[in-house]
Amino acid sequence: MNKILTLENVTLSYQTKTSETKAVSNLNFSVSEGEFVAMIGPSGCGKTSILSLIAGLIKPSSGKITMFGSEVIEPSKRTGYMLQKDHLFPWRNIENNVFLPLEIKKNKTEENLAYSKGLIEKYGLREFSKYYPKQLSGGMRQRVALIRTLSQKPDILLLDEPFSALDYQTRLSVCDDVYKIIKSEKKTAILVTHDISEAISLADTVLVLSKRPATILDSCEMDIDKSLTPLKRREHPAFSKWFEKLWKELNL
Amino acid sequence: MKRQLTEHQKYLDKLKKDKAIVIFFRIAILVIFLAVWELLADLKVIDSFLFSSPSRVLVTLFNLHSSGELYSHIFTTIFETLAGFFIASILGVLIAVVLWWSEKLRKIFEPYIVVLNSLPKIALGPMIIIWFGAGMKAIIFMAVIITVIVTIINMLSGFIETDENKILLLKSMGATKSQIFLKLVLPSALPTMISTLKINVGMSWIGSIMGEYLVSKRGLGYLIVYGGQVFKLDLVMASTVVLCVLAAIMYLVVSIVERTLIKWK
Ligand SMILES: Nc1ncnc2c1ncn2[C@@H]1O[C@H](COP(=O)(O)OP(=O)(O)OP(=O)(O)O)[C@@H](O)[C@H]1O
Ligand SMILES: [Mg+2]
Repeated sequence: MNKILTLENVTLSYQTKTSETKAVSNLNFSVSEGEFVAMIGPSGCGKTSILSLIAGLIKPSSGKITMFGSEVIEPSKRTGYMLQKDHLFPWRNIENNVFLPLEIKKNKTEENLAYSKGLIEKYGLREFSKYYPKQLSGGMRQRVALIRTLSQKPDILLLDEPFSALDYQTRLSVCDDVYKIIKSEKKTAILVTHDISEAISLADTVLVLSKRPATILDSCEMDIDKSLTPLKRREHPAFSKWFEKLWKELNL
Repeated sequence: MKRQLTEHQKYLDKLKKDKAIVIFFRIAILVIFLAVWELLADLKVIDSFLFSSPSRVLVTLFNLHSSGELYSHIFTTIFETLAGFFIASILGVLIAVVLWWSEKLRKIFEPYIVVLNSLPKIALGPMIIIWFGAGMKAIIFMAVIITVIVTIINMLSGFIETDENKILLLKSMGATKSQIFLKLVLPSALPTMISTLKINVGMSWIGSIMGEYLVSKRGLGYLIVYGGQVFKLDLVMASTVVLCVLAAIMYLVVSIVERTLIKWK
């Protein structure tokens, strides 16, 4: 398959007045088009840092990140970053939150607006498009945040623990929703999480990261039926096998 | 359904009743205060020469009104206050924007702002009179200098409080610094801006009245000082009452601006 993103020997150190923190060390992996990659790792190991590197928000201390054949040096139109919280702007209604990336990139064309409105409609938020974020539930807000990320038509989605602010029940259903949306829009996605079952139920490939500085300990292809929804995958016999294996690797 | 409706109706009735009680007591306190004051003055418990009385204040106001004098004083003070308010608010916000923009400048100017903030501005009075002359310019300058420092400090901290992660989100969309400011920092500091404007209303009144105490031949502050000097306490009280009314009106205007600007709350 076609590799659209490659990280080669990527290393990152944060400099502060008192110390140097090595957050990422010698990272090598690549992502194919349409692939869903999940990264799991202990808290503080450098997961967010890896996404920020791919998003072009910070530069690696050494090594190279290549996306669609060119080196990543600044935020790209082709990546969409979804953070831990929804970060909807409370003074904008749902529709205007979704349009935000278009405004930033100055391409609020008829076509793009129609595409964004289409997404809002398709994912069941049309009635709420004039509502303000405060009037929506946590799960709905998370869906809006995803639609906002999609409105700029990115090729690669970077998801930083997108469900961590939700309670367990909502989390399962929003997880299903988000998966459906990503698959039906045929996007490539990199998801960061510390929840092993979330990683197994969503991903094609799970990357296991070491403690800080993050490096890849293992890369596992999930052999669970891809036509199942994330919720159904949790009931698949292979699920517990993977869970046990990954859990051991994380707690080594 | 019907039961629900009546329950809602009850709730609304209760709200209405609560509001009526609040308004009733607000007015009652004022009326009782004025009545007691008048009574004490009439019964000569207090010396109305020193403490005036509501009726004497009314008479004084009426005289000022019929001689037409009242309005020239009011307009002078309002003009000075509004000029001070607008100049200081706009200037203060602009300076805060510049200091938000450049962390270097912010660090360089921090000690100056701190010192200027703690300096009692009235200490600059004599200098201001010498530089600007004993006129309206000096008074407006006084109002500006009192208001502008607070504006800078409040607005800057409002700008700086902006959620780092939201900034990150915009950066990941490729936003420029001016886009970050206009789309995020400014709107999220809007509540701070409104509360700053509310404070500025008070500040610019302090500035203009203080300025009028120092210099001036006209204005409500002048009337108060003059009244004090010639022992016309009626005049002092009457001017103070007018000041109260004007300050309340200006505060009300800011509140209305607030309600139209911040709909999403
Ligand atoms: N801007 C920064 N300056 C200095 N150190 C930083 C910075 N950002 C992160 N770090 C450090 O780098 C390490 C990795 O941080 P990162 O946020 O990437 O971890 P994470 O795996 O996402 O953690 P979590 O699971 O808590 O979200 C941490 O030790 C953190 O203290
Ligand atoms: Mg993180």
